[in-house]
Amino acid sequence: MDLTYDERESLFRAEARAWLEANVPQAPLPSFDTAEGARAHRAWEKRLDAGGWAMVPWPKEYGGRGANLLEWLVFEEEYYRARAPKRINQNGIFLLGPAIMEHGTPAQKARFLPRIASSEEVWAQGWSEPNAGSDMAAITTTALRDGDHYVIQGQKTWASRGAFADWLFGLFRTDPTSERHHGLTFILVPLDTPGVTVRPIAQLDGETGFAEVFFDGARVPVEHRLGPEGEGWGVAMSTAGFERGLMLRSPARFQDTAARLVALLRENDAAASETLRDEVVRCWMGAEAYALETYRTVSRLLAGGRIGAEASLNKIFWSELDIRMHELALQILGDRAELLPEAPAAHGVGSWLDAYLFALSGPIYAGTNEIQRNIVAERILGLPR
Amino acid sequence: MDFRHGEDPLLFQETVRDFLAKECTPEAVRALWEAKTGRSPALWKKLAEIGVTGLLAAEAHGGMGFDETTLVLLLEEAGRAALPEPVIGTAAVAVPLLSELGGPLAGEWLPRIAAGEAVVAVGHPVSPFVEDAHSADLLLLPSGDELHAVRPPDVRITLQPANDPGRRIATVEFTPTAATRVADGARARALLDAALDRGALACAAEALGVCDRLLAEAVAYTSQRKQFGKPVGSFQAVKHMLANVKVRLEYARPVVWRAAWSVAKASPQRALHVSMAKLAATEAAALGARNALQAHGAIGYTWEQDLHLWMRRAWSLEQSWGRNPFHLERVRSQVLAGRVPIGPGTTFLGGA
Repeated sequence: MDLTYDERESLFRAEARAWLEANVPQAPLPSFDTAEGARAHRAWEKRLDAGGWAMVPWPKEYGGRGANLLEWLVFEEEYYRARAPKRINQNGIFLLGPAIMEHGTPAQKARFLPRIASSEEVWAQGWSEPNAGSDMAAITTTALRDGDHYVIQGQKTWASRGAFADWLFGLFRTDPTSERHHGLTFILVPLDTPGVTVRPIAQLDGETGFAEVFFDGARVPVEHRLGPEGEGWGVAMSTAGFERGLMLRSPARFQDTAARLVALLRENDAAASETLRDEVVRCWMGAEAYALETYRTVSRLLAGGRIGAEASLNKIFWSELDIRMHELALQILGDRAELLPEAPAAHGVGSWLDAYLFALSGPIYAGTNEIQRNIVAERILGLPR
Repeated sequence: MDFRHGEDPLLFQETVRDFLAKECTPEAVRALWEAKTGRSPALWKKLAEIGVTGLLAAEAHGGMGFDETTLVLLLEEAGRAALPEPVIGTAAVAVPLLSELGGPLAGEWLPRIAAGEAVVAVGHPVSPFVEDAHSADLLLLPSGDELHAVRPPDVRITLQPANDPGRRIATVEFTPTAATRVADGARARALLDAALDRGALACAAEALGVCDRLLAEAVAYTSQRKQFGKPVGSFQAVKHMLANVKVRLEYARPVVWRAAWSVAKASPQRALHVSMAKLAATEAAALGARNALQAHGAIGYTWEQDLHLWMRRAWSLEQSWGRNPFHLERVRSQVLAGRVPIGPGTTFLGGA
């Protein structure tokens, strides 16, 4: 055991910090779920990519920096420390990218990965359907083979980033006689394909962060299939761990929230009860525990381990911690907690309310926490199904 | 940066686990509960033979020369077995305290501890009670700003029957003299501070094993107990309750490991890290006790069922070496007063 950074890791941190300090926009960008914000975030991603920082753990040939997962954590720490913009292409860089890396053909890797890293192509995810949410194996949208194309018919929903994305990845039923998780295929669909209609959905926070996507005879070339036909479920599951923890939700994000929560408490110290203060400290400890557990996981992965069902533990932990931190922030804000930032009396409420609403989605997306608890109970603890 | 244990510590852990599975069964623990002293010199001797009692002592003193990052793995096993022996007080606290005191005291007592021939109890102002005072061959006790080494004939011990028969506690009175004083002033304070951190770390490590065992007992029971025609463990209400314990446990373990590292390396953040570990692990164990009992239903509420061996230990570890409000205040005073850097990259020294 060695819980110190070596010289290489420290140099990497210094390099990342210097670049971010020189390049992170001074003012926060508008939300990437607005047209203006989406443009601004794409421009930021282009700048990140030009600096070589778009996707540090990827190989250089695919637009990465060839860094290891430990350096990835260090980069994320510096990224959040610099309060750099949210990643508009998180579906692409954190979820699809690893899947292509593992299951893609050389041609697919060369075609897609650099454009994902640079966010030249922004991705939406197409898992859920109106009748396939927690029960994702109930997917009915079909992709039937017609020569060298799949013809897609059906509907996806809750496609995050759907409103402003260029492509969608998802699972489609290529064998209409199949049931459950058999006969599904992982397909990459350009959203400008004739027969594809995107209808943005306004979220709880008022923004169009997700969308319904309708397919009416949309023809997609067979070479846009990822992995073998009929084995899409396995392809999708092999990288689910990335969404539930390490990549999409690296600890720096929650440590940043915890630090801002502590700062908010100190600014409003007189109004805070002893209980509230204790709860804030507990949240800070929670964020530290999440960081420590992630470093432990990374050490294991660097030594050849794999992410398995334990990613479900991460998902439960960070999503519930995130809600707790935002609940406490609203408690500290007291009467002002319900005010929007533009309210004349709002001084200093910041974006806590908006972020609280966003935090509420955490236990729902990427598999609800009830599903995650089933996974923990059945696959880790070994309880009977 | 590498958060993994080396092969030797992991092998050691396995050895201790196998040993305790054979030698410290629930029946054996119950027998010791009934014994007058609550412990077994024979078992203590065997623990010494595999290197547990003298783990932290230097090889020159007959010890193993390992550090706290290994100790926590072995203590997790002690918790898993609800071991009633004084490993925390003697092996985790007294050994390093005697090593730091050095001189003839260390020369006399460390080899005896390593050989399994002595129990050394350590008192601390954080608690009115001393663990295993009744079976100690030497007591290291605070008195104001001084630390004293006292022999059993020179103390008055009043046993305090308590909730966990596997962890005997007592109040101890003695008359400090120049002859018993082994440290004073700043040095005594520093030694006592270190003793507290080591005791709390050890409790945290043991709590991990207790929590893991409680979970294992609950999983085993609910997998075979049937109601409504199926195992009760197949119901989501039961699954989710136990999954919650697993989440708490897995997020406590690296906190304990990091605290062990900080104690071993005398990190300036030692106290902070230890308090975080004590809170995380004992609260995980408390939830484990609560939910494992609920998962068992009425059978878990009996004296006959073994579950309370670990439930009682979970509760007694919370009381030991600083109760949780004490540790929470230690963290709070650091974090809210801005005495430690917080935010992304501050988890380890040398980061942001």
